[in-house]
Amino acid sequence: MARHQNIRNLDYEAELEEYGAFSDEEEEELSPEDQVRMREGTAQVLEALGVEAHKVPKTQIEESLWHYYWDVDKTITYLISKYIDPPKKPAKTAPPKTAPKQDVATAGKKSANVHNKKGSSSADGVTNQVSQLKIDDTPLPKSRNLNVLSEFEKQKGKKTASFVVVGHVDAGKSTMMGRLLLDLNVVDQRTVDKLRKEAEKIGKTSFALAWVLDQRHEERSRGVTIDIATNRFETETTSFTILDAPGHRDFIPNMIAGASQADFAILVIDASTGAFESGLKGQTREHSLLIRSMGVSRIIVAVNKLDTVNWSQERFDEITHQVSGFLTATGFQPKNIAFVPVSGLHGDNLVRKSTDPAASWYTGKTLVEELEASEPSARALAKPLRMTISEVMRTPQSSISITGRIDAGSLQMGDALLVQPSGEKAYVKSLQVDDGEPADWAVAGQNVVLHLSNIDPIHVRVGDIVCDPAKPIQCVDTFTLKALAFDILMPMQVDVHRGRLHAAGKIEAIDAILDKVTGKVTKKKPMIVKPGTVSRVRVTLHSKVPLEAGQRVVLRSGGQTVAAGLLE
Amino acid sequence: MRFTNPKHSLSTLDPSGESPVSLLPTTPEDMWHAHNLIAPSDLLRAHAIRKVVTTGSTGSTTSDRVHTDLTIRVQSVFFDPAASSLHVSGTVCQENQYVSLGQHHTLDLELNRPFQLWKHSGWDSVSLKMLEEAVAEDTGEAMCAVVMQEGLANICLITEFQTVVKQRVEANIPKKRAGGSASQGGMTSFYEKTLATLLRTVDFSQPRPLLLASPGFVAQDFRGYMQSEGQKRTDKKLQRMAKDAVVVHSSTGYVHSLNEVLKSPEVQATMRDKRFTGETALMDQLYDRLRKDDGRAWYGAKPVERAVKEGAVGRGGGVLLINNKFFRSLDIKTRKRFVALVDKVKEDGGEARVLSSDHESGQRLDALGGIAAILTYPIYDLDEDEVEEGGEGEESGAAAEEGAMII
Repeated sequence: MARHQNIRNLDYEAELEEYGAFSDEEEEELSPEDQVRMREGTAQVLEALGVEAHKVPKTQIEESLWHYYWDVDKTITYLISKYIDPPKKPAKTAPPKTAPKQDVATAGKKSANVHNKKGSSSADGVTNQVSQLKIDDTPLPKSRNLNVLSEFEKQKGKKTASFVVVGHVDAGKSTMMGRLLLDLNVVDQRTVDKLRKEAEKIGKTSFALAWVLDQRHEERSRGVTIDIATNRFETETTSFTILDAPGHRDFIPNMIAGASQADFAILVIDASTGAFESGLKGQTREHSLLIRSMGVSRIIVAVNKLDTVNWSQERFDEITHQVSGFLTATGFQPKNIAFVPVSGLHGDNLVRKSTDPAASWYTGKTLVEELEASEPSARALAKPLRMTISEVMRTPQSSISITGRIDAGSLQMGDALLVQPSGEKAYVKSLQVDDGEPADWAVAGQNVVLHLSNIDPIHVRVGDIVCDPAKPIQCVDTFTLKALAFDILMPMQVDVHRGRLHAAGKIEAIDAILDKVTGKVTKKKPMIVKPGTVSRVRVTLHSKVPLEAGQRVVLRSGGQTVAAGLLE
Repeated sequence: MRFTNPKHSLSTLDPSGESPVSLLPTTPEDMWHAHNLIAPSDLLRAHAIRKVVTTGSTGSTTSDRVHTDLTIRVQSVFFDPAASSLHVSGTVCQENQYVSLGQHHTLDLELNRPFQLWKHSGWDSVSLKMLEEAVAEDTGEAMCAVVMQEGLANICLITEFQTVVKQRVEANIPKKRAGGSASQGGMTSFYEKTLATLLRTVDFSQPRPLLLASPGFVAQDFRGYMQSEGQKRTDKKLQRMAKDAVVVHSSTGYVHSLNEVLKSPEVQATMRDKRFTGETALMDQLYDRLRKDDGRAWYGAKPVERAVKEGAVGRGGGVLLINNKFFRSLDIKTRKRFVALVDKVKEDGGEARVLSSDHESGQRLDALGGIAAILTYPIYDLDEDEVEEGGEGEESGAAAEEGAMII
C-alpha cells in the first residue's frame, strides 16, 4: 500500500510526537552548578585562545568542556589541535620552546583527517600562550620538539656525501664498487667467495664482485644492473653513500633517479681498445650531460680496465684529453674534474696505490682520496621539508615504510608529514638514518628510512614527495621550463623525469628562444629549437605531479634525452 | 557500416543534403565513423526509448518506456572510445504522439539499428571521404598491443582507425632489500594482474596479433610468464597466444611509445598495408623535414593556410596533413575554410591526408596543432608575420613572394 495517499502523505513528525520528545536532553539536564562551571570554563577557554577564538564554534567549546569534565587545559589543547594547528617544526619558529605538538588524539578522532591550512606565523600567538600548558600523552608518536638545526650543529659528526657511479654499459661500474667495498672491509672475503661460487654455477664468474651490488634475480642472471643499488662506507672524515647506476639506455630513468640524489659523480670509462670509442657514442656522453643537468658539479673520471692495455700511459692521456674536452664543453669546470687510472677487478688505485710496476707512472691520488677531497654541496637545512620517496615497503616496524633522501629541510620523530600528490597526512613513528641506526631527527642530505603511521599504503608510491604540511609542495599539470636542448625540440610528446618521478606529457608550445649568456628573448614562438640552444617551453602532463620552481627536470623522447632545464 | 538499402551507394548520394542518408552500423568501430559523420546542427533520426509519464485521474503517475523513432537537431556528440558508444543530444524537431517540439533528447546509437542523417550544409568533400571510409569493407581483426614497463602496463587495441587504450594496469613493485628476493614476487604478481586484465578486456576467441613492447626485459619476461602459465593451466589457447606474441622494444611503457612499436620491422612485416603504417610513415617524413628546417615543412593553422593559398602545397611532393578531430567540432564557417584548403590542395595536385586523430600518428600531429604541411618548395618566413602587428595582408603577400624567390 505504499502508493496510497495516506501513506505517501504521512506526517512523521506528528506521529513521533506521540512517543515523547527526543529533544536535546543535555542542556536541560545541566544542573545549576554545571551551568556555572560551563560558563566559567567557556570564558577561560575563550581567553586562552585569544585571537583565534573565532575559529572555534561555541557549541564545540561546551561539548569539549563537558567531555573533559571541566578540565580547561585539556579542552584548550584539543580545540587547538582540531581548529587551529600550531606549527610542527620547532626549527622554523625562533624560540624553540613554543611549539607544542599537534598530534593530540582524543576520543578516537583520527587526526590524519585534519588538514593544516595555516602558516606558522599566525599560530605563534596561541602557542606562546599555550606553552605553559601540559600536553597529553598520546597514542601517536610523541615528538620531543627538538630544535633539529641546533642538534645537528652540536653533533658535528662526519660529513655525509653521496655519489653516483655512471658510465656506458659494461664499463665496470658495479664490479669496481664491489671491489671498493671489499678493499674497505665493508664486505668480507668470505661473502665474495660465496658469491663467486654462485656465479660460477650460472657461468658468470667474472661478475662475482658486481653481485655485491646487483642483488636482483634478473640483474644477476643477465649480468646487468637494472636499478640503482645503494651501499655505504665510511672513511676517517666522511660517511659515503654509493649509488650504483645502470648503464643501459633503457634504464636511464633509474639513473636519473640516482643522479638526483647525489652530490658528485664517478664516471667510469672502459679503456680497452675499441670500448672507449663505442662508449663515447653511447652512454658516456649522455650520462655526462644528465649529470651536469642534475646540478652535480664535481666529477671524478675513473679510467677502468687499464690492466688490459698494460697500463699504457699514452692510452690514459689520450682518454683524459678527449674526455676533459667534452666535459668542459658540457659545463664542468676543469678544477672540478679529476682523472684516476684504476683497475676495478684487481683493485689498483681504488683504495691502495697500484703495485703493478707498469702503473708506476701514476703518482696522483687514489679514488677514495679523490672522493674525500670532494666537498659536498651546501645543504638546504632551513628550507621547508622536501623528501623524494625512492622506495616503499613493509617492515616489522610499520605497515608502511619509505626510504629516500631529504632534499631540503629537516624532520624529527613524531612529525606530521604530507604526501603529495595524494595529499594524505602521515605521522613519523620512527626513523633510521645511514643504514639502519635509529635516530630522533634527520636533516637534508641524509638518506633515511621513515616508518609511517596513520596512512593508507595505496596513497604512497615511489616518486611521490613528502613535504611539510605547513608549506606543502603544489601539484601541477602544466609548467614552464627554461631548457637547454640536446636534440631538436618541437611540440611533441615527451617523458618528464625529476629524480624518481617519471610522468608522460607533451611540449605544448615553445614560447621563446633565449640567449645562452644574457637570457634575453631572441626569437618568439619558433617552429623548432635546435640543439645547444636555450629556450622557454611549456609542458603539459597527463596527470598532476608535485613540482615547484627551481627544480631540475629532464625531458626524454624516443629513448633519447632531448632537453634538461630548470622549472620556472 | 553499410547503407540500409543495398541499392543505395555513394554514387546515388545527394550532395546537397536534402535527402537523408540511411546507414546501418554493424561493428563497434562504426560508432567511431558515426562520430565523424554526425556534426552539430545536422538532423538525425533514430530509434529511441523515451520515458513518458502519464498521470491518471486518481492522481497516480505511471511512467512508461516507449519505443519510437525520433528526429533531433544535433547539439552535441559524445563518444566513449572504451565502450565504443555514441551519445547524440539535441532538440526534437519532428513532433509525434509522445514528444513535443523542442524537447531535449539524447539518442544512444545502437548496433544493427539504422539511422538517418541529414547534413546541415550538404556533403562536402571531407565528409564524403569519411563516408566512403565508413562503408568500405571491414579489413580484418584489430591488433592488440601491450606497452609496459616495471609497474605499468597499457593494454591497447589498434584498429584500422583508432587506437583505444582498453585498460591501464599499475602496480607498486617493492624494490630489492639487502639479501631478500622479495622483488621477484612483486613482478610476478604484476604479470598475473596484467594477464588477467588482458584476457578480460580483449576478446581472444578469434586469433589476433599480440604485441608486447617494453624497455629492458619486461616484455620478454611477461611472455615467458604467459608460456609457463599456459603450461600450468594446460590452456592451449594461452600457450598459442604466448607463442605467437611478438616482443618489440620500446623506450617507455607509456602509450605514446606505440609510435616506435609501429615503426619496428617486426610490425611492418605483418601489417604492411594497414592504414596506420602509412600514416606513421607520413608523420616521420614530416618530422624529418622539420628537423632539417629547410622551410619545406610547417605546422599550425596560420602558416599552413598561407602556404596553401599561395599554392605551395601542390604537385611534386606537397602534402597537407589534417587531423579529423579538426573537422568534428568546428563551427560551419571554420569548417568551410578548412574544407576549402583540402579542396585547393587536391586541385593543385598535391596530396591531402586526413589523419585519424585516435592513432599515435594523429596524436603526434595533434601535438603540433592538428594541421601541418610539406611544401613543394621552401618558404622561410611563414611564421614571422604573426609577430608583427598590422599590415598583415600586404606584408604577408610580399614576404611570401620574397620567400618564394629565395629558392
